[in-house]
Amino acid sequence: MSVLRPLDKQPGLNTATILLVGTEDALLQQLADAMLKEDCASELKIHLARSLPLPSDVNRPRIDLIMFVVNLHSKYSLQNVEESLRHVDATFFLGKVGFLAMGAGQESHCSIHRNTVTKLANTYRSPVFFCDLEREGFRATVAQRLVRMLQICAGHVPGVSALNLLSLLRNSENPAPEDL
Amino acid sequence: MDETVAEFFKRTILKIPMTEMMTILKAWDFLSEKQLQNVNFQQRKESLVQDLVLLCEKKRASVHDAALLDIVCEDIDLFDMEQFKSSFKKILQRALKNVMVSFRDAEENAVWIRIAWGTQYRKPNQYKPVYVVYYSQTPYAFTSSCPLRSNIPLLGQALTVASNHHKIVKMDLRSRYLDSLKAIVFKQYNQTFETYNSTTPLQEKSLELDIHMDSRIIHENRIEKERVQRVTQETFGDYSQPRLEFAQYKLETKFKSDFNGDILAERKEPLRCLIKFSSPHLLEALKSLAPAGIADAPLSPLLTCIPNKGMNYFKIKDK
Repeated sequence: MSVLRPLDKQPGLNTATILLVGTEDALLQQLADAMLKEDCASELKIHLARSLPLPSDVNRPRIDLIMFVVNLHSKYSLQNVEESLRHVDATFFLGKVGFLAMGAGQESHCSIHRNTVTKLANTYRSPVFFCDLEREGFRATVAQRLVRMLQICAGHVPGVSALNLLSLLRNSENPAPEDL
Repeated sequence: MDETVAEFFKRTILKIPMTEMMTILKAWDFLSEKQLQNVNFQQRKESLVQDLVLLCEKKRASVHDAALLDIVCEDIDLFDMEQFKSSFKKILQRALKNVMVSFRDAEENAVWIRIAWGTQYRKPNQYKPVYVVYYSQTPYAFTSSCPLRSNIPLLGQALTVASNHHKIVKMDLRSRYLDSLKAIVFKQYNQTFETYNSTTPLQEKSLELDIHMDSRIIHENRIEKERVQRVTQETFGDYSQPRLEFAQYKLETKFKSDFNGDILAERKEPLRCLIKFSSPHLLEALKSLAPAGIADAPLSPLLTCIPNKGMNYFKIKDK
């Protein structure tokens, strides 16, 4: 069973790679485009995958950040993410994994409760961001956030590590269950 | 006469309705007037057919003559539009005192019928008519929804008798778009000529992907995407789908569960539920499900069989 590990490869020079995992390809593509529009000193690489595990015969760079994208309107997308999580090594969850949940704004279309995704994120000790990827303005905001997060996870921001960021995010947004 | 030729004659003559028998035999012009006069056309059809086949044998009819008879059958329009209209109107008027029937001839041997229903004591209600379109060369008629459900069997009977059929069956297919219903029922929705050059279409598709792709974006599951596109194309084709607004599934099934002691699975009575899919263009929406990543490909055959089976209302029961 092929598993993604965070430090099994050498990093590329000034390169930061993010892996977006989600079933709705068109939206992932749009998010990727939005991220590339951001001003960024690092060289960005964006990998889009429907699910994990990734095809093994490909030569790919070291992945610095994985974002799992769940559409609250689709149980299928949550199921897909849950199954993909099994193919990620535990060490990735030290600040290099996040969850994006979209569609919370239209509650009547939601077949997954927001708390389900929050609980999932808490189980994996990772942050969750609720967003709307369908509207350009909101998408640009999310893209900006992801780019900053990616730079930190790739080690391009001096003085801040992925783990630092994780504890900062955790204390303000989702306290760990032990802290409650 | 060869047995197979005799059989061919028998079957061809059997296909001819009794009302047209004389006309066709005369047009065929193989049996003479005198011979035809000697035949008893009042007897049962099977016996009449036997007599006619014997006559053909005596006259040494060949398989070519049988083929000619077959052509004559096809050529003579066995359907008389005026007779259909008058018969249809008479049947309704005989059964209901107050009913108004209007006709309008349309293209392709189609007739539009408008029926305004009344009752014994009330004049026909012009604001709630029923429309029927009958294609005389086919065994199909399309009707709009009938506000007075008690008149539906009568309407069915009138259509059946007037068109010389012996039974009418209601199809579980409904839509607001007559053209789409026609496309499904006459199986005309998939008529794109397949001069398929297996290399070019794929090339075109991968070009589309490249235009949007920055080289910094890498699709990991490209192979899976291509598989989904291929399966979708195999199921739905390249043509535009006929337009339906609903698909409805009435389930009467027992609940199945993996674990023992599940209360729902122990119910003796089946669960009844109704699942309805609605969309401005249902089939196009279904076609886009897998490529959009909302469902797995291939889709459930319950969804993809809709145009093929000509149904969008299903009843599903446990066998």
